Amino acid sequence: MSGVRGIISAAGYVPFRRLDRSSIAKTFGNGGGRGQRAVAGYDEDTTTMGVEAARFARAGAAAVAIDQLLFATATPAYLDKTNACTIHAALRLDEEVPALDLAGLRSGVGALRAALQGNGSVLVVTSDARNGLPTSGDEANGGDGAAAILVGHDDQGPVIAELIGTGVATEEFIERWRAPGSDRSKQWEERFGETKYVPLGGRAFKNALGDAGIEADAVDTLIVTGMHARAAKALAAKLGATNAKMGEDLAATVGNTGTAHAQLLLTHTLETAAPGHTIALVVLADGVEVMLFRTTEAIASYRPARAVAAQIATAGEITYGKFLSWKGQATIEPPRRPEPDRISASVTGRSEDWKYGFVGSKDRSSGALHLPPARVSREGGHVDDMDPAPMADVQGTIQIITIDRIAYSPSPPITFAIVDFDGGGRLPVEMTDCNSDDLAIGDRVEMTFRKLFTADDIHNYFWKARPVPKSVSPGSEG
Amino acid sequence: MASKGIKDMVAIVGMGCTPFGEHWDKGPDDLVIESTRDALAAAGMEQDDVDAYWLGTAMGAASGLTLARPLQLQGKPVTHVINHCATGSESIRGAAYAVASGAYDIAMAVGVEKVKDSGYQGLVGAGRPPTDGTGRTLTAAAMFAMCAPAYGKKYGVSDEQMREVLARIAWKNHYNGARNARAQFRKEVSMETICGAPLMAGGLGVYDCSGVADGSAAAIVVRAEDALRYTDKPIYIKALALVAGNCSGNADPNYDYTNFPEIHMAGRDAYAQAGITDPRAQLAMAEVHDCFTPAELLIYEDLGFAERGSAWKEVLDGTFDLQGELPVNPDGGLKSFGHPVGASGVRMTFEAYLQLRGEAPPERTIAHVDRGLALTHNLGGYPGEMVSFVGIWGNQLG
Repeated sequence: MSGVRGIISAAGYVPFRRLDRSSIAKTFGNGGGRGQRAVAGYDEDTTTMGVEAARFARAGAAAVAIDQLLFATATPAYLDKTNACTIHAALRLDEEVPALDLAGLRSGVGALRAALQGNGSVLVVTSDARNGLPTSGDEANGGDGAAAILVGHDDQGPVIAELIGTGVATEEFIERWRAPGSDRSKQWEERFGETKYVPLGGRAFKNALGDAGIEADAVDTLIVTGMHARAAKALAAKLGATNAKMGEDLAATVGNTGTAHAQLLLTHTLETAAPGHTIALVVLADGVEVMLFRTTEAIASYRPARAVAAQIATAGEITYGKFLSWKGQATIEPPRRPEPDRISASVTGRSEDWKYGFVGSKDRSSGALHLPPARVSREGGHVDDMDPAPMADVQGTIQIITIDRIAYSPSPPITFAIVDFDGGGRLPVEMTDCNSDDLAIGDRVEMTFRKLFTADDIHNYFWKARPVPKSVSPGSEG
Repeated sequence: MASKGIKDMVAIVGMGCTPFGEHWDKGPDDLVIESTRDALAAAGMEQDDVDAYWLGTAMGAASGLTLARPLQLQGKPVTHVINHCATGSESIRGAAYAVASGAYDIAMAVGVEKVKDSGYQGLVGAGRPPTDGTGRTLTAAAMFAMCAPAYGKKYGVSDEQMREVLARIAWKNHYNGARNARAQFRKEVSMETICGAPLMAGGLGVYDCSGVADGSAAAIVVRAEDALRYTDKPIYIKALALVAGNCSGNADPNYDYTNFPEIHMAGRDAYAQAGITDPRAQLAMAEVHDCFTPAELLIYEDLGFAERGSAWKEVLDGTFDLQGELPVNPDGGLKSFGHPVGASGVRMTFEAYLQLRGEAPPERTIAHVDRGLALTHNLGGYPGEMVSFVGIWGNQLG
């Protein structure tokens, strides 16, 4: 296929909660550090964060049909089951669209390269939730987040950044590892990794420059990232990109989001880049992947649905105790209520559009909106005379709020709101990403895809509501 | 109204009601043996005289065997009914209709629930059918808590005033329950204690929520013309009304959580069946479903005991007190009895039976027994999606 291939849309997702790293040493006497790290909610996992990032990316390119969905994470919610299918369902993609999982820290950048070198429009979703033992460097320096990049040709949608070159260096060596089921990564002596990564990176970068036909000093922004921060820093200094500004690493505000981090940093850079800007993305993960991009004229009119910087600015604190509980490092007393039963596969199968896509139904005669969808209208009693009503991107207004101190929740208490949606429809929904005391009747909310609970290892995904960030003006998305 | 009713066709001739409470030493078998024997004794009958049984129990049974086995019934029909918190009343409704139809001469309704064996506080629900996991996870307390601010906003009742109104309802029911030997909680509770109780959900504290108890109650019904064979003080069924809502409230932006349409409709139907035009003046008493204090407040208006928007003032004026203009929950209500789901409706009927027969103890005898009519009410479910039962009972024919 001729024409320009590259990035059509890119979005990051930074979860709402932030841990102040200094709270770690206050508890244990050591560990932690400066700044904050992003923390996935107790109701989030890599799949739900991926959905949120993908929704933002699609909102930035609503007209582009997606031909393929790739999902990369080193912390998947399921191993045998394909997590990309959950994202596929939440995005309401057609059944002809393939959805694949990729695993490991290198899979994020690898998926992006494969998509850029492939055909059709590909939505590359990367997500990670980083954990570590209390006081560890991984605990403090890790971060939770996701990114989604829509790749395609310019006949599918305006390309904002063209891929101009790639370079790859692959080598087997034991540097960082984690066994399935473990929440603790382990590392070989730091110096060993540095001696491996720096020369690999040099060769990959050189190959990428050659592929693009440019010199190192043509690079305007240099992003060098990987879980081995020391090696990344050493490599960046040796690439000869003398005119380049270093891309932000988001270490002080988000932390290193592992598999997702390269895309998150690239997205963050694209959100403020001018046309004609050359960006080098260098990723250290069991070898080194390099991609060179040049922004196009189209980026001047590109408006991200929700910029990474805006998400970083919209945050709520979390105590270290809550953080440990959410990360599974501390078990707290559960509410004295029966734990929920596992969901039924067949019941869920019958309600896929509602459960995963948040699609209600609208009566053709009366216009009455039904949440969940119904076959018989509550107004007029018409039978099977409804159209699907996709509501995931519709905002609503809180009518009533109630805090339930006795209901079961993985992190009690829960707050519910009766939400009336713009254009019709009402649903009592659980609130998230907020402090209950800050909510008021009349507040505006938007829907977000979450994990309600897990029973028998089955994750129960559904939608909750969160306050619309103040920075988001009505109707600016989708 | 579509329902014709069975006014004066069927009478209750004997009832039994166990004490309600935490019966750690009694199972459901013990409870039904106790309540049915008391009912048989009141009617001067033997167990074998009863032709058919209706068993109301919501959480622990799947068939009539739950009654036939402990009572060792020989070749008798037992119909098991469930209708949320109207389950007990539903058992009476089934038994009464069976007798009215002529299918049986004598039928018994038995309500029972053994709640305290679950290991959890509160009602933890009956059988849980498989789901897709998208349903609300809110407790009933949180759902009913939404009614208080909604009502306050609509009618200009401040949060402080609403706190006092709700506390006054709880205070009244505990005052009445303190005078009832069968009640689970038999102490008066001060307004200060009620208002200062730990919050459960929304603005509702512990004393805004009914307790949980084990218990059983039973009623024997016969054709009205046969009633005097068994007792000289039969209680005649004037109306049995039931509405199962279409569950639209939580999906319809027009619903405002300040009323329960299902209850209003059930009341209107019952009044039509019984020929009641002015419930506040014609009823001697009412037992209503005070699962949460805001529910009782809204029920006053739905059942026509008070004008819309005025019930909160009537509460403060003492209209529904034991010696008020229309005593509501003279036995102490769910607040004092707790709520064994299948038994509660029958327990309410038992209070109507006692008061209309003049058999309530002097310390809680109501003033207007001469009006001759009592109302019982259940709701089952939540604001926006509930079943509602209303029964009218009288001590005279006509």
